[in-house]
Amino acid sequence: MSDVCIIGIGIHPFGRTDGLSGMEQGVFAVREAMADAGVDWTDLQFAYGASDAAGNPDTMVERLGLTGMQFINVRNGCAAGGSALFSAQMAIKSGEYDLGLAVGFDKHPRGAFNAMPAEYNLPDWYGEAGYMVTTQFFAMKIQRYMHDFGISRETLGRVPEKAFRNAVHADHAWRRQPVALEDILEAPMVSDPYSKYMFCSPAEGGVALILASEKKARELGRPLIRLKAATMRTRPPGSFEVFAPSTDIQRGGSATRIASADAFRLAGIGPQDIQVAQLQDTESGAEIMHMAENGFCADGEQEKWIAEGRTEIAGSLPVNTDGGCLACGEPIGASGLRQVYENVVQLLDRGGGRQVPGNPKTAYSHVYGAPGVSAVTILER
Amino acid sequence: MGPIAEGLFTDEQPPRLIGGRNAATGRIVFPCPDGNDYQPWPLKRTGTLWSYTIQRFRPKSPPYAGPEAFRPWALGYVALADETMVETRLVNVAVEDVKIGMEMELVQVPLDSEATDSVLIHAFQPVGASA
Repeated sequence: MSDVCIIGIGIHPFGRTDGLSGMEQGVFAVREAMADAGVDWTDLQFAYGASDAAGNPDTMVERLGLTGMQFINVRNGCAAGGSALFSAQMAIKSGEYDLGLAVGFDKHPRGAFNAMPAEYNLPDWYGEAGYMVTTQFFAMKIQRYMHDFGISRETLGRVPEKAFRNAVHADHAWRRQPVALEDILEAPMVSDPYSKYMFCSPAEGGVALILASEKKARELGRPLIRLKAATMRTRPPGSFEVFAPSTDIQRGGSATRIASADAFRLAGIGPQDIQVAQLQDTESGAEIMHMAENGFCADGEQEKWIAEGRTEIAGSLPVNTDGGCLACGEPIGASGLRQVYENVVQLLDRGGGRQVPGNPKTAYSHVYGAPGVSAVTILER
Repeated sequence: MGPIAEGLFTDEQPPRLIGGRNAATGRIVFPCPDGNDYQPWPLKRTGTLWSYTIQRFRPKSPPYAGPEAFRPWALGYVALADETMVETRLVNVAVEDVKIGMEMELVQVPLDSEATDSVLIHAFQPVGASA
């Protein structure tokens, strides 16, 4: 079967853009992606749009043109962008369409996400007693993981240190100043063992990807960035998830593990074949645990991998080359698509100061979100 | 001072938490879900600390209904033998002394320790500790 290709990419810088709505940032990204692909709005046959807190994506037809196109809105927690991309590639794979758009944008208020119990089918007392705080869950997850697999707190600090260092070279990143490891480790604690630099922040931004059938991509004379796999999965029994008044004693797998295994199966390659990876890093432990959950190393090996610099840009598996969520922040609807944007940048050798050396041919992206959803993509050039 | 919600604690002294047991699968969860799939199941009063963290900032209100004044608190998951792991405040232990594997027991504490008309929430303390 012929592949679905990504033929154009666009991004509105992440961070804080006062005076510009989330949707406007999405429109900005779409225009950039269309220019990159050399196509017009009137050429596009369909769109899938993701936004969690910035309004319905399909309203952007008002700005881009009332062509009557099919435009479907996607809301799927932190996997929203990945789900939009998954749906867009299915629309082409089905043979129904050969040129379309996956777009994601968001704009969140400052500070921690303000979740209400009813949105998660939880009783009110759970929020009243102070448990509707995502950072608690992430901290407890890594605390147990450190205990089980011997990960040190210094390793937790090395992840954001790398993120901020990589982001210096990423125009679309938000936090682009290097921060010393010592400052990261000694910064005020948010939720032990995490200091403030070890969590990403809610942010703003927009990303757009133009997808085409292989035939269409060739017609347009575009370089062939093939989407070899796009998977989205929910959690299996025994996974440990955010906002859980109780969790099973018998521990199990995770949505990430099954989304990842399925993506590798579809692409017909293994973790050892991946040359650059963007892994969900909403907090530093997430990047560490997701290295293992996505099959790149065994639980506990991260301590050695990170000490040896294997996840640095010049390492054997560069991870989060644009600084990831830690440096870009997390506009939920756009975040998963940013990872794919960055992978296309890397595969096209457009990375400048953050370019992975040696002309990478394969790239991997992974998002994870509440309450146990994950989306993975594998790209090949 | 009454509990923060109905159906969380048994009426005995000392009370136990009321979980739910799935009649078909035997799975035990907390709190007991509405509907017919789960039957109320009083949970064990003691267990082992599986993981923990310290809440270092005041959560946003709503939904948080605790006092304006904020002091960091410890919380974690306590594994109740073969039943389930319950998310809970950890009390009567200094935050730097909290350790995975500690033996813990259920207590009730006021959500606002300064107020006379507060509500009671569940918490676990090291076995034999006192306020």
